[in-house]
Amino acid sequence: MKVQTIFSMSSPYRDDFRIKAYTFGEGEKTLCIVGSMRGDEIQQQYVASRLVALLKFAEESNRIQPGVSISVIPSVNPFSINIEKRFWALDNTDINRMFPGYNQGETTQRIAAGLFEFIKDFKFGIQLASYYLPGNFLPHVRMIHTGFEDVEDAKYFGFPYIAIRDPEPFDTVLLNYNWQIWETQAFSLYAGTTDTIDHEMARISIDAVCRFMTYKGMASLSMSGSGTQTPTIVEGSQLISIQAPHAGILIVEREAGQEVKQGNVLARIMHPYEGYQVCEIKSPVSGTVFFARNKSITFQNTLLFRIIEEGKDD
Amino acid sequence: MIQNVTSLEMPVDEEFRIVKNHFTNGKGKRICIVTGTHGDELEGQYVCYLIAKMVKENMHLLQGTVDIYPALNPLGIDSMQRGVPAFDLDMNRIFPGNSRGSMIEKVAHDIYTDLSGADMVIDIHASNIFLREMPQVRISEQTAELLVPYAKLMGIDFIWIHQAATVLESTLAHSLNSTGTPCLVAEMGVGGRISHSMCHQLVDGIQNMMFHMGIWQEEPDKSSLKESIVSQGNDAVAFLNATTSGVFITELHNDVTVKKGQTVGQIISPLTGDVLCDVKAPCDGLLFTLRAYPMVYEGSLLGRIHRL
Repeated sequence: MKVQTIFSMSSPYRDDFRIKAYTFGEGEKTLCIVGSMRGDEIQQQYVASRLVALLKFAEESNRIQPGVSISVIPSVNPFSINIEKRFWALDNTDINRMFPGYNQGETTQRIAAGLFEFIKDFKFGIQLASYYLPGNFLPHVRMIHTGFEDVEDAKYFGFPYIAIRDPEPFDTVLLNYNWQIWETQAFSLYAGTTDTIDHEMARISIDAVCRFMTYKGMASLSMSGSGTQTPTIVEGSQLISIQAPHAGILIVEREAGQEVKQGNVLARIMHPYEGYQVCEIKSPVSGTVFFARNKSITFQNTLLFRIIEEGKDD
Repeated sequence: MIQNVTSLEMPVDEEFRIVKNHFTNGKGKRICIVTGTHGDELEGQYVCYLIAKMVKENMHLLQGTVDIYPALNPLGIDSMQRGVPAFDLDMNRIFPGNSRGSMIEKVAHDIYTDLSGADMVIDIHASNIFLREMPQVRISEQTAELLVPYAKLMGIDFIWIHQAATVLESTLAHSLNSTGTPCLVAEMGVGGRISHSMCHQLVDGIQNMMFHMGIWQEEPDKSSLKESIVSQGNDAVAFLNATTSGVFITELHNDVTVKKGQTVGQIISPLTGDVLCDVKAPCDGLLFTLRAYPMVYEGSLLGRIHRL
């Protein structure tokens, strides 16, 4: 295991800001795994750290293939995690809106540039990503249509779902998009939760990365599950979005990953003063809960659930 | 007349509202004054007050419509947060929104829809708490031909024609301009403060534009209006970024010309008593942006100079 500081910067009073990379094996830059980038991505940090431990063991037991180099960057933004702030410590900018970065630009542009300089030449890239809304996902691989995406390779993770969507204007400044433009096969892995650790979801995500490394001939790793060989490809437009018709206290009845029938109650909204039920949120279709909000209050119109409709996938 | 642009329920006994003040008199063009997209930018508050006061006290001079939207991010303004509280989102990165999207995307859509079709939208910003700006209008290269003549009518100090970064495609101004509603972005002052003289100058400029558009039947006092300096081209503006972290101090204020090699400020260490970095102007020019918040990291923007 080789530990490198790939970017560092002084701060006015805190310790130096450092991004560290852990590299296993020697040879072609084959796979790079990027962990937390925002200060609330604790699950992503945990999964990345477990992958470091696992790869250290794999290297020590000669399970990494000759000529293969695998790097893990557990955290791109330790400064924000340490003060429990989601975005950059001083100016609240999002590092994942700064790619490919600019080494003469503003602070987060320089951080993005420093990271990207190290990771841009890898053949494969995995970002352990989170969603901008609070909630839990079914673990899945997400890809953006760029013309460079490779759905066949994404199947090696063994997740039941691969989500693909068209790029929005802001996507062009994300890590995933820029990795692909620089000809790295990039995948965003959604490991279920964000600011809390879900051990089962973490295990599933770690298994998926091990499966990918094994099937792609990078390493020979044991896995606790077999994964699916025939994932469902879900286009963004195929997901049924369910929003809150009213605001109030949200009692969630169904979690990400659960199957539902049309008409099943997904959640209830309660009056915050008088305690009565304002409304029930029923599933408009039969299918699988892909995303479920995990906050206990809701605004009117807030996205609460996304459902993959049964029989609509292909 | 106060009108709701959009409203939504909040979780506990509160309604989220975006409101506008709608003044109309006879047939004519429509101008919209919008501000408060970022909760820490307050210069536009005083501008909205001055225009609302001017119009309601002189309705006989109005020929058309003036709509004033003082708070596109009311939760942010009322809680002193730049983004949208509870969502941690930059309101000016989600336009044109989505009528079927989540709460904040729907709000953005409703604002965009309400503004669409106006003859002019002026979107007033006040930098942020980190930087102080001289009065300026920012225009992307793609819209310069249409918008620069309007900006000059405002008699503003500085017009910066810049390349559109990708991320700016999700701003209100880009969304409106790309769909046929002209929108000018005014930047001035600093976050969290109101600079009275700049606000009065901008109001005179807006009144002058309204007069030339036929919306207002009286010319303003033109003594505060200026011949705008127009900055265009990739190398027209030099950026000063911090080369080290520390505390930035300066004896200058923005809106001054500097000479190449002149000291703009210093980055100091209060712990050791050392000057960590002398920040010098890389060229002759107009210092139109200057850092207001002293704490800096490597890369923090300290100033911008329009090359002369």
